[in-house]
Amino acid sequence: MATATASTLVDPHALRLDDARALLEHGGDSARLPRPGDSPTAYLQAVIDALCELSLKDPLTGLANRRHFRAVLERAIDVVARSGESALLLMLDIDHFKKINDTYGHLAGDQVLQAMARCLTGCVRPMDTVARYGGEEFAVVMPNCQVSFGETVAERIRRAIESLDISVTPSVHVKITASIGGAYAPEWVRSTSNLWTERADVQLYRAKSEGRNRVFIDQQPVVAVSAEEKNLLFGHLALGEPAWIESLTGDATVGNPGSSLPGKFQ
Amino acid sequence: MSEVPSSPVAPAAATAAASVPLKPLGKVVAVTSGKGGVGKTFVSANLAAALAKHGLKVLVLDADLGLANLDVVLNLYPKVTLHDVFTGKAKLADAIIKAPGGFSVLLAGSGMVEYSRLTPEVRDDFLRIMSGLVPHYDVVLLDTGAGISDVVLFAVSLASEVLVVATPEPTSLTDAYATIKVLVGQQKRQTLRLIVNQTARLGDGRAITTQLQQVVDRFVATEPGRPIRLVHMGDIPADPMVRQAVMRRQLLMQTTPGCPAGLAISQLAIKLQETVLPKT
Repeated sequence: MATATASTLVDPHALRLDDARALLEHGGDSARLPRPGDSPTAYLQAVIDALCELSLKDPLTGLANRRHFRAVLERAIDVVARSGESALLLMLDIDHFKKINDTYGHLAGDQVLQAMARCLTGCVRPMDTVARYGGEEFAVVMPNCQVSFGETVAERIRRAIESLDISVTPSVHVKITASIGGAYAPEWVRSTSNLWTERADVQLYRAKSEGRNRVFIDQQPVVAVSAEEKNLLFGHLALGEPAWIESLTGDATVGNPGSSLPGKFQ
Repeated sequence: MSEVPSSPVAPAAATAAASVPLKPLGKVVAVTSGKGGVGKTFVSANLAAALAKHGLKVLVLDADLGLANLDVVLNLYPKVTLHDVFTGKAKLADAIIKAPGGFSVLLAGSGMVEYSRLTPEVRDDFLRIMSGLVPHYDVVLLDTGAGISDVVLFAVSLASEVLVVATPEPTSLTDAYATIKVLVGQQKRQTLRLIVNQTARLGDGRAITTQLQQVVDRFVATEPGRPIRLVHMGDIPADPMVRQAVMRRQLLMQTTPGCPAGLAISQLAIKLQETVLPKT
């Protein structure tokens, strides 16, 4: 509908797209640049797509920028609130980054940031989002990350950063460490992205104040139901009794009365 | 009540964890579940309608501060919500609205997301509002959130009785069991009441309660001489009419009170009055 309206109102030839194109040539993915031979619509679409893409990226590292990060966080909260799947947010900060800038110069600092970005991207799953939060601060959003895995994942990232050997000039190699704070989105609760980042930030602050190069993760109230307990709850499943278990395979689930949310939170 | 300034909270009280049991308010019944999407809000709303039919003055309070659904279920678009009362923008009396089923509701409002974390102020506000409300009703149902967040545990701690809603699915039962475990451990509850929703046949809910009771006896009721009792309050059978009512955003007790699920809820309302609610 929007395109129909646009095409009746806008003459693509009359649009001044040169600035946008120049912007894309400098910062965008050249493979996806609009080509002069494209039809006006295709050309315009390509410009818009490339601009959208550009507006979500951090120019230095190619990571998600803060705007994109916010959107990913909101989306993760929506999912967690309704599905109860746990999602982890990690906030990372390079330790003593200012010293690197002061000692080796800002170009070296940029190289460190880029190396850090590559390292983080390599450490996580494709479904995770790595973002540059600002300055030397990074963030990772990990949907569907089990509570018991958080510490392990964060620790793996910390070690990977520690083992980085970043050559800023052929003769100068820089070693870095990072402090990491993490928090899970509260399950079944519609939290806000602000509260979530705040909780992760508190943990990052702890990691910093406890000596840096370490991981702290906000502990959620978890009630562990042991294998033994589950066994007693469901152990009889194998025996095919009692009746209520068998009936589960039948037409027991007619709709989902509880959720009662026609589309609102899906 | 909204004019009363919030009483200063002593630092000790402010830092007290949700685990400290409060003195529960009589006539307050919490409806909770371990897992989301098992029918808490559906049960709360329809049970309220069934109780109202018996002439009781009922209030349903949307205590699911993080994810309020009651407005969706009841198809209500409130102008004033609990959030406005908390922030001092409106009076409590204006936030209480009449629901289609002949009962009153107090909706949290979407602004309440900021309260999904339990600060001493929220705790204080909530308690103040609750103690002001309770005397005006025969029963107050707290539709709490799922899970065991501090907000949920706090809301439940205000109730004298707890109804745990579960479905026969293993995930729901595991989460219901986890909730029971926490409520026994943190709030020293000895009696918890179970409603099994979406059952496929007669007797399923009783069998499930027995099964849960066995695990509770073995793993939770560890203090000698302090047994934990799970009371089976009733089943709500899986019923296509439920889905229909939900999709239309109407109360089952209004659309088809005579369908199997509707009858089951009527029975639940009777059992609740017989066993839980103080005789007036």
